[in-house]
Amino acid sequence: MIVRITPDAFDPAAEFAAFEAAQGTGAGAVVTFLGRVRAPGDADRYTLTLEHYPGMAEREIGAILEEARSRWKLLDALVIHRHGRLAPGEPIVLVATAAAHRGEAFAAASFIMDFLKTRAPFWKKEAAGDSARWVEARASDDEAARRWTT
Amino acid sequence: MVTVLYFAWLRERIGRGEEEIPLPQPATVEGLLDTLRSRGGVYDETFADTDKLRAAVNQVHVDLRHPVADGDEVAFFPPVTGGRA
Repeated sequence: MIVRITPDAFDPAAEFAAFEAAQGTGAGAVVTFLGRVRAPGDADRYTLTLEHYPGMAEREIGAILEEARSRWKLLDALVIHRHGRLAPGEPIVLVATAAAHRGEAFAAASFIMDFLKTRAPFWKKEAAGDSARWVEARASDDEAARRWTT
Repeated sequence: MVTVLYFAWLRERIGRGEEEIPLPQPATVEGLLDTLRSRGGVYDETFADTDKLRAAVNQVHVDLRHPVADGDEVAFFPPVTGGRA
């Protein structure tokens, strides 16, 4: 289980290759999710800045991975999350899971993303031209996380 | 003393990310909020609406009734908006 929070751009293909190569022969399924900066409208003037709580961010994501491991037979998991200033199209977050079968790998990756969005201490600020605003939390994200609690 | 951290728009509005505050009475997150509000001005505005606030003690999410002890790190921030898609 690896958690990496970094201000630096990462190469999704290289990260996937390294994660996949590290898995043993018992891992029949590897699932990856990549979140990218999605720009509304005037993309070339748009930037996203991610602020995070150093220490707590690593700790919360680590706890989410442990929770995922206890629910499914996860063999391995990786989360890479950017912070700082990002341009449209740049990767923000990579989640990778490895399990014996695809059902567990898909479910765990989905669970990790849903909880990442409601528990990991990151805050987004959008800027376009001269105006900037903090993005507000969405009720739909809380609902997505809640579906795992039944 | 308690180390208090602010993030996102709270940090911007208050104009600093961190400060040391004497242990409040009652020694809870809510007690700390009362201390901060009693300073008036920008503090009173920032902490007026607790619906928009989340708190952590020693880097763990807590509710406002959670106790605070000497040497704790208490953080205030808006609901998180990480991840994507």
